[in-house]
Amino acid sequence: MNLHEYQSKELLATYGLPVLPGYCCYTPGEVEAAADLLGGGICVVKAQVHAGGRGKAGGVKLARSSSEAREHGEAILGMKLVTPQTGKQGKLVRKVYVEAGCNIDKEFYLSMLVDRAAKRIAIVASTEGGMEIEVVAEKSPEKILTQLVDPSVGLQNFQGLQLGIKLGLPANLARDFAELVEGLYDVFMESDLSLLEINPLVLTKEGEFVLLDAKCSIDNNALFRHPDLREYQDYDEMDPRDLRAGKYGLSYVGLEGNIGCMVNGAGLAMGTMDIIKEFGGEPANFLDVGGGASKETVTEAFKILLGDSNVKAILVNIFGGIMKCDVIAGGIIEAAKELSLSVPLVVRLQGTNVEEGRKMLAASGLNIQPADTMADAAQKAVKAAQ
Amino acid sequence: MSIFVNKNTKVMTQGMTGKSGSFHTEKCLEYGTQMVAGVGPGKGGKEHLGIPLYDTVQDAKEKTGANASIIYVPPPFAADAIMEAVEAELDLVICITEGIPVLDMLKVNAFMKGRKTRLIGPNCPGVITPGEAKLGIMPAQIHKPGNVGVVSRSGTLTYEAVFQLTELGIGQSTCVGIGGDPLNGTNFIDCLSAFEADPDTHAVVMIGEIGGSAEEEAAAWIKENMKKPVVSFIAGATAPAGRTMGHAGAIVSGGKGTAEGKFEALKDAGVIISRSPSTLGEKIKEVLG
Repeated sequence: MNLHEYQSKELLATYGLPVLPGYCCYTPGEVEAAADLLGGGICVVKAQVHAGGRGKAGGVKLARSSSEAREHGEAILGMKLVTPQTGKQGKLVRKVYVEAGCNIDKEFYLSMLVDRAAKRIAIVASTEGGMEIEVVAEKSPEKILTQLVDPSVGLQNFQGLQLGIKLGLPANLARDFAELVEGLYDVFMESDLSLLEINPLVLTKEGEFVLLDAKCSIDNNALFRHPDLREYQDYDEMDPRDLRAGKYGLSYVGLEGNIGCMVNGAGLAMGTMDIIKEFGGEPANFLDVGGGASKETVTEAFKILLGDSNVKAILVNIFGGIMKCDVIAGGIIEAAKELSLSVPLVVRLQGTNVEEGRKMLAASGLNIQPADTMADAAQKAVKAAQ
Repeated sequence: MSIFVNKNTKVMTQGMTGKSGSFHTEKCLEYGTQMVAGVGPGKGGKEHLGIPLYDTVQDAKEKTGANASIIYVPPPFAADAIMEAVEAELDLVICITEGIPVLDMLKVNAFMKGRKTRLIGPNCPGVITPGEAKLGIMPAQIHKPGNVGVVSRSGTLTYEAVFQLTELGIGQSTCVGIGGDPLNGTNFIDCLSAFEADPDTHAVVMIGEIGGSAEEEAAAWIKENMKKPVVSFIAGATAPAGRTMGHAGAIVSGGKGTAEGKFEALKDAGVIISRSPSTLGEKIKEVLG
């Protein structure tokens, strides 16, 4: 679960970490009032959407007065922000964060994440603040500094200090930096973050560190122990199809093609998308109904697929293990009748009770194209969608 | 022979009295696996499915001689269950549970350092040595004893591969699901080296997916050490970047962990690539001749 910048900063501020004062605003009037509260001088108006690259896309503007802040608010609120991360359709900006300005001397990059290969928390820092870290990694990998933290021992002071020295900071500032890293590490561990990224981390002309931008992602699997953080969930930022799927325990990712897929298991669902593409088609979605799907979840899955107007054909690929093919067939028949199925349906069943399942589909009188193998199913679905 | 499990493996179930624990313990019993104990705090002295229950893993091990465990405990308590089994020095722990927080698994990994237990999973279907023992949730009937090892991050995609093999009359030595989470116990390399050492495994099917670098690391290992043929498919070539595809570990981030990169690394290591999930069986057939 991703947090907005303003939410991330609210969380970080509770740990006494250095963020600038700011307000989340929904209207230009609020933006102006917020700018007044910040002193009426220099402030920054920042679009709050779940996507990086906001600055380049025109979603972050500096204002020298409250009236200028209002103008920026008018321009940014309601705009469709298009960044490399949003796709062509862009993201609607519903709120902005109005934040006080500061005197920037230097900009750094600092992040924490779980290093899967090392099985450690990685702390990553660079002098190339404000740039995308992937670009830095590509062009000048020597500028990326990493410290790995053994979770059983925890972060040690020298680790932050070493990073600070390697970033070229004088000893006193390196010590401040190490303290900052410790604070961020506490947030990371206590809030079950999967990513904490400060880009840029600013050193002001006054010699203070400021977290100028902040991005926190929380491990979805750990939300059960953070009811307070769960409230940060912004439903406006989610694809309504994802939201609906989540409600029924389905795992869904919307894509841009026209073949709706319903599969059990994440790997098989990805494999099904891949094979559709191999035969010249485009999947409309990733949809994993999970290992223990019932008639109800199958019906819901169908509703989501049929609710997508791009879908011109549906491919069901179920490998029955725990899930029995006859149960799935029952769900398909029920859903197809209830929803008066309007697009061609290709069904590939395999595994437990497959014969019963196939017989049920054949006897249902519905227009279902059975398929034996994944390749056969994909070819039929691609043809049907044309 | 086989790897990790065989007919002599004695198994306990942690979380046996729950719905999926009960269901699958019964299926494993039917397959002929030696299911000798169940563990549930406060349930010691009782019985379930005709199997005696114990309060702790240690107790179950001492009383029954069990050397392996299958865990179905819900996510908030699963890491603790794994560590209890590791502390009791079982040889093998298979964690089926999906949805364990990453930081819990980080702790488990640190806890396991220097201890003897092999962990498989979490978020995996388990391990089966066809004809000998089934420790997991895979559908038994699609398997057939034979000489192809299967290792995979995905459950149903493994079933797909196994089904293709069996349809072609090709049996399996052992099939291992290592799980779809970002942090797991046993990795590809552990399984590949065990298959390489197993005289009854003649070829290996390796199924990876996007996210992380486990396949690239496996490729480097194969290049240096593996003499037996490996056929591989990577799921998720068409997955959009930055999105988690069902499995917590299946995500391409910052241009890393792509299917293309993995295919490339494996190809470079001499692995036979199956670009399609539907040709894994055929490729193995070609290899075995």
